[in-house]
Amino acid sequence: PTATVLDIKALFHKSYPKWYPARQSLRLDPKAKCLRDEEVLQTLPVGTTASFYFSDLGPQLTWGTVFLSECVGPLIIYLMFYFRLPFIYSPKYDFTTSKHWIVHLACMCHSFHYIKRILETMFVHRISHGTMPLRNIFKNCGYYWCTAAWMAYYINHPLYTPPYYGQQQVNTGLYIFLFCQVGNFSIHVALRNLKLPGSKAKKIPYPTKNPFTWIFWLVSCPNYTYEVGSWIGFTVMTQCVPVAFFTLVAFIQMTVWAKGKHRGYLKEFRDYPTLRSSILPFIL
Amino acid sequence: MLHRFLRGCLSYSVSKRRRKYGGVTALVSGRHFRVWSPCSFPDSVNLTATVVQDQTPLRVAVMSAAAPGTSKAAHSDVAPKRKKGPGALATAYLVIYNVVMTAGWLVIAVGLVRAYLARGSYHGLYYSIEKPLKFFQTGAILEILHCAVGIVPSSVVLTGFQVMSRVFLTWAVTHSVREVQSEDSVLLFVTAWTVTEIIRYSFYTFSLLNHLPFLIKWARYTFFFVLYPMGVTGELLTIYAALPYVQKTGLYSVTLPNKYNFSFDYYTFLILIMISYIPLFPQLYFHMIRQRKKVLGHVEDYSKVE
Repeated sequence: PTATVLDIKALFHKSYPKWYPARQSLRLDPKAKCLRDEEVLQTLPVGTTASFYFSDLGPQLTWGTVFLSECVGPLIIYLMFYFRLPFIYSPKYDFTTSKHWIVHLACMCHSFHYIKRILETMFVHRISHGTMPLRNIFKNCGYYWCTAAWMAYYINHPLYTPPYYGQQQVNTGLYIFLFCQVGNFSIHVALRNLKLPGSKAKKIPYPTKNPFTWIFWLVSCPNYTYEVGSWIGFTVMTQCVPVAFFTLVAFIQMTVWAKGKHRGYLKEFRDYPTLRSSILPFIL
Repeated sequence: MLHRFLRGCLSYSVSKRRRKYGGVTALVSGRHFRVWSPCSFPDSVNLTATVVQDQTPLRVAVMSAAAPGTSKAAHSDVAPKRKKGPGALATAYLVIYNVVMTAGWLVIAVGLVRAYLARGSYHGLYYSIEKPLKFFQTGAILEILHCAVGIVPSSVVLTGFQVMSRVFLTWAVTHSVREVQSEDSVLLFVTAWTVTEIIRYSFYTFSLLNHLPFLIKWARYTFFFVLYPMGVTGELLTIYAALPYVQKTGLYSVTLPNKYNFSFDYYTFLILIMISYIPLFPQLYFHMIRQRKKVLGHVEDYSKVE
């Protein structure tokens, strides 16, 4: 009685080795939603005979793989621009370094951000979804890599103009950036500590002793809030339009994700705190 | 016995029958395949998995071994949920909008013909319809709003893309670069747009009023064979003609250094736009061909199909 959809998928895979279970999508009706792996067969709303419709999800990759490749790219690409490798700028600038301190600072911050992300993906995150389609890696990587290149081009350009308000502006941006990076990390750790390894039970995240997590009183997805904050800090620090554009797009995407998660929380938990908004306290 | 299915559709049946030892039996391609499970199944449940490609349920033969009325019923019993159409007020507004646009493009068409007859040549006809063209082509931006609000069942992104490409050509190329306005390529795409839009807006008007003459539907899904390549050729030639002037004057371009640390080269941008036609045009063209097969294949369907 505890046989699940996953068993069917395993059987199917044995007969058709090409379609491993992660690639199969079984549903009871061509237009219905895909059945999850954990669903017990006995509970399905069918009679004595059930028909499953199979569709091939295409080659799949684990989320971990996708995250890592997304982050390694910008790291390397930015450094390529920072060291002014040939063929990017005019040949007379090859391998030169900028005379502005802000450019070095921006490189350190950017690289720190992506190194932090890589380490988090390897050691902190507990990813509950299994896989995603192969096409996504091209889409995601293309976006991250291209925008990183675009930003890096301008920040490391020989004709880069430092911020208008000088050192004050740079410092403000830096403090915001660092604050939000620490906050982001605290939230990831807090979310990791919610779930025991292997369990798929969902729990409501609550503020802990760490002051950075106190934002949980007001926001459902503070990791996104802190991420947007970091990028706003970076924008202020570099005063660069492509960075502002990247921040805006990231904000829009993360708002979509945050709203989805927030709605998921509300649906799942009856007693979910009502004060919380999805990404911006009281606003969004 | 198992029947084989057509066109890549295959099946295997997993029959769980009550046995002393409990197990799952899979019957694949005539071979029995058994997996033992620690639990026994109290009910005898026959599971038939039907593999269909790309979500289209193909013809499913009835499994003689399975319980009757299984696979055949599965794919046809969910009636497609009809989306609620626009309300009466929205329909009235849309009818007025489409009638106005049809009239507008007719004005442009008439203007072109009159100017040609008056002048006796094809050259410089753009100037005679410059203002109505700008007005009515820009008015098409409202269509994006219609999709966003929901009174038109189209994708915002797709419509936005189409409209903005037209508006881009009208304002950012033809209007901005004066020297191309006397080119013949402008006439080429203006004519293509005019005929297309007249047919398209009258198509929408009639479908909203539920009185779509077959001629209009046929025209919409047939004329594009010629009009679409004609329009694309005109557009590409116009952009190509504009390139030297853009480069010379540095139109719409921003150079470094500046305090926003941003640069934009309109010349390169136009070249990239021209290159983007290469993947996009075939996709849109074949999409229209597929739509044509779908729409003109069912003469009784009068639904609006994008």
